Amino acid sequence: MYDSGKIIPGLIIFVLFITFPIWYNHGDAGAVPQPELPKNVKECVLPITEMRSDHMQLLNEWRDIVLRTGDRSFDVKIGDKMYQKSLMNTCMECHTSKKKFCDTCHTYASVKPYCWDCHLAPVE
Amino acid sequence: MKYTFPLAAVVAMVLIAWIGASIPGMQYFFGIAVPYVAMALFLGGFCYRVIQWAKSPVPFKIPTTCGQQYSLPWIKQDKLEAPVNTSQVVARMFLEIVLFRSLWRNTKSTVHDGPKLTYESSRWLWMFGLLFHYSFLMIVLRHMRLFLDPVPGAIAGLEFMDGILQIGAPTMYLTDATIILGLLLLFGRRLVNRQVRYISLANDYFPLFLIFAIATTGILMRFFLRTDIDITAIKRLAVGLVTFQPAITADIGTIFYVHVFLVSVLLAYFPFSKLMHMGGVFLSPTRNMANDSRMHRHINPWNPDIKPHSYAGYEDEFREDMVEQGIPVEKPLPEKADD
Repeated sequence: MYDSGKIIPGLIIFVLFITFPIWYNHGDAGAVPQPELPKNVKECVLPITEMRSDHMQLLNEWRDIVLRTGDRSFDVKIGDKMYQKSLMNTCMECHTSKKKFCDTCHTYASVKPYCWDCHLAPVE
Repeated sequence: MKYTFPLAAVVAMVLIAWIGASIPGMQYFFGIAVPYVAMALFLGGFCYRVIQWAKSPVPFKIPTTCGQQYSLPWIKQDKLEAPVNTSQVVARMFLEIVLFRSLWRNTKSTVHDGPKLTYESSRWLWMFGLLFHYSFLMIVLRHMRLFLDPVPGAIAGLEFMDGILQIGAPTMYLTDATIILGLLLLFGRRLVNRQVRYISLANDYFPLFLIFAIATTGILMRFFLRTDIDITAIKRLAVGLVTFQPAITADIGTIFYVHVFLVSVLLAYFPFSKLMHMGGVFLSPTRNMANDSRMHRHINPWNPDIKPHSYAGYEDEFREDMVEQGIPVEKPLPEKADD
């Protein structure tokens, strides 16, 4: 083998770089975050699997419609209560804590929604 | 053939993963077994290829130069194009790897009526290449958010920059658009440029199609086919893979397994293909050697060990035969004792 003094260290750096996640996580996979669910309400505006995957698209639609038309009507009835398109008045009514609900998964997956650029986050 | 075979191969792999991952229980195969095998093949194959290259001797000093070599003191040397020492070689290699300088120099020759031959600079490949490679690098780095827990600030920062336009939700990434653009341009170049089209083979098209399919499935998963795309379950699986505690904690949409399967195929294919230019660029003798053959003698490593044999030694060995054949000698035979 020629130039092993340069090539072997280079290969070692490459392998360490590729396997960086192994060293970084210290062999601990950790647990999936468990957002705190509201205690008195069992249903959300959409089925839970849809909320889990599509809530950001729903909120984005709401924002666009409300900002452009001012129309907050939203034909969803849970029990006998009607809901309107509103982050602060609808979502946060049940999910009162940003830290215990929104942030658990967002921090885990490094998602930084810009809701709170305009909305005031609840003081916790 | 050279287009259809790689295209058919990529389509077949998408179908295999799509159908396979829909079968209950096969998620563990496509989400855990295949990525481990692929990663082992990638790392093992990569090291094997590099060591094979390192074992190959370089018989001649063959740096490609395209500037004034080191000469007399009043002649200005082109330090990047004709490097004579290690630091100049390092600077040249750095710019080659980071900015693809040799593609910047590409020219296109055309014969006009007359006949008249013209050369003009042609930097399309350089531009498409930069666009593609940096998009790919950015995409790989920002995927680390799914493998690292907690996510380092640098990775989060890269991801923020990539989504800085804040288009839609989930936020659109700039690199998603630029990698698709880069791939289409690189593919289009192979079709439009006649000379390149003539020399392109199936194994030139296959990586383009495969990476295109990977980018497409990723984009579909993020923005369009979001059913059962549970990011926390995906991250738990990814972190589990790199900590050797893999677990699938929820039903994840099939598109995710298609994406992972295609990435695994790319990893496994990598060391045995042209994609090894990732390691090869560091080992190209035409780039990583100094143009100093007039200062240091380059010894061909496969030279046999030849002992020097001077004329005086040669004559000592054959003097008697030479005298007998009447060949003149510098030193006469010693007088015979019995004369």
